[in-house]
Amino acid sequence: MPGLDDLYREVILDHYRSPRNQGELETPPAVRTEGFNPLCGDEVIVFVDVDDTNVIIDIAIGGQGCSISQASASMMSAAIKGTSVDEARQFIGAFKGLMSIHEGDLGGDGSEAEMGIDADAADAGDIKLGDLEALKGVVKFPVRIKCATLSWNTLAQALDEAASDT
Amino acid sequence: MSIPADIKRDFPVLQQQVHDKPLIYLDSGNTSQKPQAVIDAMNDYYETTNANVHRGSYDLAVRATEALEGARAKVARFINAPAINEIVFTKNATEAFNLIARSWGAANLGPSDAVVISEMEHHANIVPWHMLSAEKGFELRWIPVTPNGHLDLSDLDTLLKGAKLVSVTAMSNVLGTLNDIPRLAEAAHGAGALLAVDGSQYVPHVPTDVQAMDADFLIFTGHKMLGPTGIGVLWARTEFLEAMPPFLGGGEMILNVTKEGFTTTEIPWKFEAGTPMVAEAVGLGAAIEYLDHLGMDNVRAHEIELTDYALRTLNGRYGDKIVIHGPQVASERGGVLSFVYGEPDMRVHPHDIAQVLDQAGICVRAGHHCAKPLLQTMNVPATSRASVYVYNDESDIDALAEALEASSDIFAF
Repeated sequence: MPGLDDLYREVILDHYRSPRNQGELETPPAVRTEGFNPLCGDEVIVFVDVDDTNVIIDIAIGGQGCSISQASASMMSAAIKGTSVDEARQFIGAFKGLMSIHEGDLGGDGSEAEMGIDADAADAGDIKLGDLEALKGVVKFPVRIKCATLSWNTLAQALDEAASDT
Repeated sequence: MSIPADIKRDFPVLQQQVHDKPLIYLDSGNTSQKPQAVIDAMNDYYETTNANVHRGSYDLAVRATEALEGARAKVARFINAPAINEIVFTKNATEAFNLIARSWGAANLGPSDAVVISEMEHHANIVPWHMLSAEKGFELRWIPVTPNGHLDLSDLDTLLKGAKLVSVTAMSNVLGTLNDIPRLAEAAHGAGALLAVDGSQYVPHVPTDVQAMDADFLIFTGHKMLGPTGIGVLWARTEFLEAMPPFLGGGEMILNVTKEGFTTTEIPWKFEAGTPMVAEAVGLGAAIEYLDHLGMDNVRAHEIELTDYALRTLNGRYGDKIVIHGPQVASERGGVLSFVYGEPDMRVHPHDIAQVLDQAGICVRAGHHCAKPLLQTMNVPATSRASVYVYNDESDIDALAEALEASSDIFAF
């Protein structure tokens, strides 16, 4: 039986207490995208600034939510800041793989972020999720998977918007 | 007489353990548990009486029809409706609101009209009006909510000017606030508007008399009052039901169908297209009998007592670490307790609280409770909500108070 220790790992609580890259970025040049979890009212705002060479030179996170959604957003921002858009998309695929998500399984949030993500990227093996592995325990609490993936779906949408802006 | 101390025994679902702890159910504002009597009545219907209604000429079908119509009569009596045929069965309260909007609303509302609702409405009494307003162009107006969780009626006359319908809840599903329905009825009628009342949280918990309310429509749902899911109720005055066009079309609701068109049958069946929810109606009838046996005055008294105990226990133990929203006097509210918990500068998120409580076997709801406009007004993104019913007692509140401490241990900064 999964216990609370499986869910609330210390590294998760650390990111929740001291979230990284919190705030806003100027738009433009950054893109601003909102994501909602209609189940619990969590809300995340992702700002990404992608330069001409397709590198995410800055990211900022706004909104509010539970420890899992906030920690996941914080860890995500730390992981993809400075990466290329392609690498970030691989991160998204790898993270959703970690959450055992197959395309469309969760649906519901209606975001186009579900589209265009390579679910098999998780199997590519060349992405090191690092601290993000701590979120693996979330899978044992299915209701919370949407909390963990909210910021990632929103990031995917933001990257799509950034791509269509150029 | 009061609520029997051993009432939990009547509810099979409460006899289980979750995470090795006895299940403590504090989410009845969401849906209630069902007594054995309701489950037995529905089983018995399927085992002895099942046939389609209103169309069979054989004995079994006659008995099935009697079961359905008998349940309708019980519902009518339970809310003191003037006539049995003013009770329309719907899928749930949400469908009942959509019925009013699509039938009465579509026929009566145009660009120069207004519908008045309140900031403390459930989405079921908001979204159908948004949808219809987009088509018909009427104005949707909002009665504000004061910081202490009551309707702000100071500007009601202005809000009612030109309004054709006022649609408000009798009891908030977030704040527990009991609204002054007779006063709203008087104001609405004085302004030439009708009054629809959302009784989803009220009817299961408070003795209800639609005639004393002086409402024109009353909406409630079976599953929040010990009955099954899949059955809701719309009560409306005969004159309105007669004048309203049908909602859904199909079998049951017609008098005649030709290649050229159709004529509708009489009320309430005019609004009940297709094979109705007979077993669910039987279950709702059994739930009403169970509540009648307890006595609705006792149900209300029990909940005032328990709500008072919860307010005193939680506020007493946690002080400024807990904020329970809504009226602070138990007699002015129902037993839904929305709260935020944690250090004043860093509350524990309701979703995390619900998770920690679940681990202790306690079921509460976390989130916006299908009332996002209200939470926006309250300036909180989400709350935890514990809601009580007949089968809860002080030990459940004690368990809640104790288990909250555990969330401090995890999230203490």
